Amino acid sequence: MFLSAMTAQDTLIAVFAGVFGTLLLASAIAGLLRYRLAPGAASATLDNLDARLKAWWAMIGLLALAFWAGRAGVIALFAFISFQSLREFVSLTYTRHGDHGALLWSFFFFLPLQYFLIGIDWYGLFSILIPVYAFLLLPIWSALGEDTTRFLERAAKVQWGLMICVYCLSHVPALMTLEIPGYEGRNALLVVFLILTVQSSDVFQYVWGKLLGRHRLSPNISPSKTIEGLVGGVLTSTAVGAALWWMTPFLPWQAALIALAINVMGFFGGFVLSAIKRDRGVKDWGQMIEGHGGMLDRVDSISFSAPIFFHIIRYWWVP
Amino acid sequence: MALENLTASLISGFAQLLTGVRAVWRGCQPESRPRVYFGNHTSHGDFVLIWASLPAALRRRTRPVAAADYWLKGGLRRYLVQGVFRAVLVDRRPSAHAPGPNPVDRMGEALAAGDSLILFPEGTRNLGDELLPFKSGIYHLARAHPEVEFVPVWIENLGRVMPKGALVPVPLLCTLTFGQPLRIEPAEDKASFLARARTALLALAPAAD
Repeated sequence: MFLSAMTAQDTLIAVFAGVFGTLLLASAIAGLLRYRLAPGAASATLDNLDARLKAWWAMIGLLALAFWAGRAGVIALFAFISFQSLREFVSLTYTRHGDHGALLWSFFFFLPLQYFLIGIDWYGLFSILIPVYAFLLLPIWSALGEDTTRFLERAAKVQWGLMICVYCLSHVPALMTLEIPGYEGRNALLVVFLILTVQSSDVFQYVWGKLLGRHRLSPNISPSKTIEGLVGGVLTSTAVGAALWWMTPFLPWQAALIALAINVMGFFGGFVLSAIKRDRGVKDWGQMIEGHGGMLDRVDSISFSAPIFFHIIRYWWVP
Repeated sequence: MALENLTASLISGFAQLLTGVRAVWRGCQPESRPRVYFGNHTSHGDFVLIWASLPAALRRRTRPVAAADYWLKGGLRRYLVQGVFRAVLVDRRPSAHAPGPNPVDRMGEALAAGDSLILFPEGTRNLGDELLPFKSGIYHLARAHPEVEFVPVWIENLGRVMPKGALVPVPLLCTLTFGQPLRIEPAEDKASFLARARTALLALAPAAD
């Protein structure tokens, strides 16, 4: 590894400098496009681009702050992201009075406990808390509410929200707990690798789709997604992942394969959550981030790729 | 007065944080003329949420209409409703031997003084899925003040944040949709005005599940 002499901290600083530089360049290009546009002319694409860039600045700034605060900062950031995603998910989901108790347990017990378990590094309970304990206990609580109207559907939706928004997302900070021989103290870089690869896939799908998009992938679910965008985006960000091999414990070809796997999962994460949005008749999960809809619109791809990424590393790299 | 203002800001700040409330002004814009905001009633927090999502300048001139029998019980409730929210208190069950002032007159005085009102024409918290029929008070108020705009406000999700009997709220996101204002027609009778107001409010509700 040609950068092995760098400490994890130096690498983090270098990576964030690179990302901030890229954002600066993108903002400059957006400014130039705006300048070349006739004064006073409106452009919806450019407005959308501006909003996206603004959101990116805020998100990257928050991430940098969390990494600066260390492991506790990353855990706190993702606990907040889970909290916001879960409230967006449940807000658009049909529940009844009888579910109030189950929702309270979800928000104020299972969510904080899940992240607390990462903090104290108790993998055994972390991995089964929501799939086993929440899965069995929450419907008991709801059944005690004596309201059977659409009961299975309600119980399933609460569990689904917890799985997507809390369980899956919590695998991002859980990367900090993996003990990989020869990689001690550098786990934060795994988080960076995951987020950069998957989020760049979203960006490149958007870019390739705008440039070459002809064939719509699934008009029913995601009218804006095209086959050209999907293939170009996933391949480009797989190259990005391969190029980032030096910050990971992977060899370049391993980094490429892993990047491919998480990009494909990330794509389908967005796809599945779009199917739910269509069913609910909404375009976005929320309005929290200008230009990006809600929190869940931003992290749907991370949610699907994080557990797979975590387990690939845990299976092949953790003895 | 300073303490009341501080309490008011704290309560509306808390309501905004808890519910992430988003106001959608679909049928009109916030304006400082006296108006009557009428909404669906699912929670004691309803008027707080409408109140909190108005621009600060309007908030100071907007008073909820609240039931005296509930809000005058206990010192804290009394302080909140009279000191902080400057509610117009009305008697829901006026008794024959101690007739209080006419509720519609009390509301009319506030409108005449240039204040706006928040009221819930269903008359009580609605725990079901359907909007209840409207009580006639809103018609009598409109008849007495035909110049005033009645703005329907659909409150989405608050009944789930804090259902009846719950002690702890669930932090779901709430949306308030402000619809197109309506005024009473010169010859409009009670039934048709109530039906029109109810339809205007229902039109703001999202499609049923």
